[in-house]
Amino acid sequence: MNLLLIIIIPFLTILFVLFSKTKEQVRWVSLVGSVTQLCISFTLLFLFNQERAAGNSVQMLFESNYKLFNSPNVNFHFGVDGISVAMILLTSFVLTAGVLVSWNIGNKEDKGPGLTKEFYFQLLFLAFGAYGFFISLDLFILFFFLEISVIPKYLLIGVWGSGKKEYSANKLALMLMGGSALILVGILVLYFNAGHTFDIIQLSQMQFSSQIQKIVFPLIFIGFGVFTALFPFHTWVPDGHSSAPTAGSMFLAGISMKLGGYGCIRVATYLLPEGAKEYANIIIVLSTIGILYGAFVTMMQKDLKYLNAYSSVSHVGFTLLGIGMLTQTAITGAMIQMVSHGVMTALFFAVIGMIYQRTHTRQINEMGGLMKVMPFIMTSFFIVGFCSLGLPGLSGFVAEMTVFVGSWENNDAFHRIATIAACMSIVVTAVYILRTIDKVAMGPILNHEFLKITDVKWNEKFAVILLIGGILAIGLVPEWLTNLLRPAAEIIMNRIKGN
Amino acid sequence: MSDLLIIMKQELMVIVIIFFLLFVKLGKGMKNETLLPLIQILLLLQFIAGFFFNQTGQLFGDMFYTNGLIAFEKAILSFGVYLISLLSSDWLKQSKHMPEYFMLMLAALLGMDLLISSGNLLMFYLALELATIPIAAMANFDLEKKQSSEGAMKFILSAAFSSGILLFGISLIYGITGTISFAALSHQAVNSTLLILAFVFFFTAFGFKMSIVPFHLWTADVYQGSPIATTSFLSVISKGSVAFIFITILYKVFGQSETVWYWMLVVLSVATMLIGNLFALRQQNIKRFLAFSSIAQVGFILVAISGGYVVATSAVVYFILIYIFSNLAVFGVAEVITNATGRETINDYKGLYRTNPFLSWIMALAMFSLAGIPPTAGFFGKLMLLTAGSNSGNFWFILIAGLNMVISLYYYLIVVRAIFMDKNENPIAPIKISVMAKYGMILCAAGIILVGLIGKIYEYIQSLI
Repeated sequence: MNLLLIIIIPFLTILFVLFSKTKEQVRWVSLVGSVTQLCISFTLLFLFNQERAAGNSVQMLFESNYKLFNSPNVNFHFGVDGISVAMILLTSFVLTAGVLVSWNIGNKEDKGPGLTKEFYFQLLFLAFGAYGFFISLDLFILFFFLEISVIPKYLLIGVWGSGKKEYSANKLALMLMGGSALILVGILVLYFNAGHTFDIIQLSQMQFSSQIQKIVFPLIFIGFGVFTALFPFHTWVPDGHSSAPTAGSMFLAGISMKLGGYGCIRVATYLLPEGAKEYANIIIVLSTIGILYGAFVTMMQKDLKYLNAYSSVSHVGFTLLGIGMLTQTAITGAMIQMVSHGVMTALFFAVIGMIYQRTHTRQINEMGGLMKVMPFIMTSFFIVGFCSLGLPGLSGFVAEMTVFVGSWENNDAFHRIATIAACMSIVVTAVYILRTIDKVAMGPILNHEFLKITDVKWNEKFAVILLIGGILAIGLVPEWLTNLLRPAAEIIMNRIKGN
Repeated sequence: MSDLLIIMKQELMVIVIIFFLLFVKLGKGMKNETLLPLIQILLLLQFIAGFFFNQTGQLFGDMFYTNGLIAFEKAILSFGVYLISLLSSDWLKQSKHMPEYFMLMLAALLGMDLLISSGNLLMFYLALELATIPIAAMANFDLEKKQSSEGAMKFILSAAFSSGILLFGISLIYGITGTISFAALSHQAVNSTLLILAFVFFFTAFGFKMSIVPFHLWTADVYQGSPIATTSFLSVISKGSVAFIFITILYKVFGQSETVWYWMLVVLSVATMLIGNLFALRQQNIKRFLAFSSIAQVGFILVAISGGYVVATSAVVYFILIYIFSNLAVFGVAEVITNATGRETINDYKGLYRTNPFLSWIMALAMFSLAGIPPTAGFFGKLMLLTAGSNSGNFWFILIAGLNMVISLYYYLIVVRAIFMDKNENPIAPIKISVMAKYGMILCAAGIILVGLIGKIYEYIQSLI
């Protein structure tokens, strides 16, 4: 399979959207485009597994290489391994759901600025960047695709957002750009020390001196850490996520934060194992703080979107914790958590969006008894809530359990204490999730306006079912995902162990 | 004789156009509507001529030399002038003195072409003056506006002052080394204190021309006062040409004393980026805003210049090419809006997207390109500059530059935010854009999108060096 297909289809979709005339056309073109991408991602998964089953154990499959610049040596070098395939699949899931959820943008009942075509253009553009990011094996191109998402994120939040949207959009763009600046310096140092190559595969065969690793690792890790809400660089997350329009938050929390996690694994840890070992303890401390802090702050939230935004900070902390633990199981767990949290948080934001659209409030206190008026939405709310608190059978359990088991493999006091502390957050999560569900879904209906509410429309139903399908697929049969991710984690571990 | 025709073809063509305009003016005269397309076609021909029959050669002793790279640099400048003639066509058509304006602009262009080609200090000085003095007249072209005269006055005074310093530097250099030829000077290391002093004077003059901090104070006022066509000429074409010759002089003439000027360059570059950025944060007038943003951009150019001749040249030529597209797109939009409504502050742009989506997208694209966000070419330009700069291994410097990119993003986003997000009770009414200006903007937008993604362009520049 030619990997160019993965970025060409989104690109064509964007073009078709640009040349569409009516709003209805724009929506259908986007939907058809995103479903095509979903099909392609499944095909990729299928072909990938087929190749692996046939015994093809090359690190990257379906590699292709196109030259962009001679000097500096920049190539469109594409290839996928297990993580990339999983992330591409995740992206297409979230994109399709996002397109479906945004169906009413520009309709009469929509109070936003309208501009349907522009909205879908930005959304698809964001996905285009993510796809490109996940298949790139050249640091320059990786950086290019990482940065591409700045414009659409900024405009999505600033134009279609709510609340203090301009502030949030600015904060997000500047903080992410700051992270990118660090990454940029890091990859330039690598480029010049590795004899002029940006190629990840070539770089991974080199041993950088430990002095360079000690300088470059923090640059790159913090840079990507900003994207993935590494404490204390997480402050853009709550504002950004809660101000963004529904599809925007879904994409920000579901995919954009995962770009950072992917970068931390693929670039920082994989290329600079010495640095990772050197700073592992700091990563563990920061991520444990992030997990606990995020969980406790979530308890205090009264706004549903802020609730999920802070809980994202807490959940994404497990990814970083898994990376910091530096065992194969923990890193596999970190990757599973990226996928699982991506689907879960997208669903969470989608459901919150639907609730908001109907009740016109996001304040938990003003809701109550919604189960009676919108049973479908509330049932999905239950499912996603339980997934968030780690109920077995749903994806959150698989991911967090793997991280904890992996962390426990380190048998010194420091790692054990960090693991136990991180485990405690699950209790806090249970508290805020159950309390929220109780207040929102159960009890008497507080507002008589709510009696007029109708349940889901077809588009929302499809989006929810798609994402719940993802959660169940990971939760009930996690083997397909772990089999995909474990070899990738093994390669990284081998490099950390030094052989 | 045929040598002269081929080697100096670009300059000669500029001279031909100037004379053509002179005859038109002296004779019966022509309507602006017919004259302008004619000039544009001639400019386009002159631009295209830069790609044919290029050869390395010298004329008048060592006064004038050229090669493929220099021809390409001149072609970039000519293309910039062509774009300006398109984007400012509305303003030019209304002007009573359009032929004069073009004569002045082309005279300055001629000066810049000669400047890039100069092979000794005398030629260098003369060309620099030729490139400067007409701009003062161009700055004064809004005859009814007081600000315009004020800008011109400031420009001519600071230009005269910097020429004085430059001449002083040149005479010191001549006094010590006994030569004014670049080739002969290149064997001289700057080692004596006096020669370092002379070099500093020399450097200062460049500082004025490129508005490097602390020699930048004239920039904002002159930019604000001048007509937009002049401002854009000053900010991209003039700066570009000086940047080209600056690299040549640093490496080809003072190359042996890199240790002397490397840290000078680093300190000035950091100061230029920082001060340009910090002042740009608070600007309301779009021209002043662009003045400070262009100061910051020069800081980034200096980053690349510190990296070594080959990488610096390719990165800077590439960046200037992209910069011409991006900056002229902004000026083009500003020009159209100012012409139609007379409004030129960022506050006036609030809510522009509702009324003028085409202008808004062009402006946003250009802003993102200036900020260095992909997929625009500005991203590749900036990255090439930083990559070139990190060639010297000074990564702290690159880190500072990278963080400055973040600051600059903030103020470019202010404009984008005004256009797309802010509400306005009295937005700019839908503007009818003339065909030429629209064509110019589309050219700019195409350049912004394509120059980065077509790797061949960068390779072509590298092949010239």
